[in-house]
Amino acid sequence: MAAPTVAPVEAEDTEHDERVDPDKPWIVIVWNDPINLMSYVTFVFQKLFGYSYERATELMLDVHHKGRAIVSSGSRERAELDVFRLHEHGLWATMQQES
Amino acid sequence: MALFRRRRFVRTSSGDFTVRMRPEERALLASLPEQLAALVADGPSPATTRLFPPAYAEAPELEEEYQRLMSDELVRRRQETLTVVRDSIGREQLTEAELHAWVGVFNDVRLVLGTLLDVSENREILDVDPESADMAQRVAYLVLSEIVEEGVVALSTALPPPVRE
Repeated sequence: MAAPTVAPVEAEDTEHDERVDPDKPWIVIVWNDPINLMSYVTFVFQKLFGYSYERATELMLDVHHKGRAIVSSGSRERAELDVFRLHEHGLWATMQQES
Repeated sequence: MALFRRRRFVRTSSGDFTVRMRPEERALLASLPEQLAALVADGPSPATTRLFPPAYAEAPELEEEYQRLMSDELVRRRQETLTVVRDSIGREQLTEAELHAWVGVFNDVRLVLGTLLDVSENREILDVDPESADMAQRVAYLVLSEIVEEGVVALSTALPPPVRE
C-alpha cells in the first residue's frame, strides 16, 4: 500500500480558537473496540509507525486492557495525518492537545 | 479440529504471496468488495460508522472542519483499495501491496459486520439460535477473522525493520 499522499488539513482559523494552544503538542489516541483483532492492531502500529513488534504489542495491550493508548504525538498537522492513516486502517483513533 | 491446517497465504522466494483457499471461501470473498463498495460510496451511515470515526472527539468545531476536508479523501482511499482487491480477487498469486489491500478490505467488512451484529467482547459470535436469520453473516465474520489474522501473519514476515521504539 502506498504511503499517504494526503495533504494535512490547513489550520484555517485556529489562532483565535481557545481550544487550540500553539504551545501544546497533540497526541493521537487509539481506543479499544471489540471488533479489531489484537494481531491486526499490533500489525497496524508496526506498519504505520515503524514500532518494533514488542513495542507495538505493548501499545496494543494498553488499548485492550486500559481502553486506550497514545500512539504518537507532535504537531497538529502530523497528528491529523496519523489519525487519517489509522482511520484508513479501520482503527478508532482520535486526537487532542496534551493536557 | 485440524491440527495442521494449510495456511492461506504463503510468501514465496520472490516476495509475492501464494493464495490457497477453498472454492467456497473464494466465492464468499469475491462477493464482498462489491457490497462494501456500495456502502462506502454512500458515505458514513450506521453500518459504516466504524469506517469513518471522528478525529476530534472533544472539539465539535474542529471535527466539522476536519470532516469537511478529509471525509471525501477517506472514501476515495477506500475506493482505491477496493479496486485493487476487485482486480486481484481471483488470483493465485498476490503482490505484497495486493495482500495489504486484501487485509484492509476484509478488515473493513469485519468492521461493518461486527457493527451490524453488535459484536461485543463478552459474547461469542456464534452464541445464538442456530436458526438465526443472521447466521450466514456470523459465519462470514469468523471466516474473515481467520483471513485477516493469516494475512497479518504473512505480511508481518515482510515488514521493514523497526525505525523507533
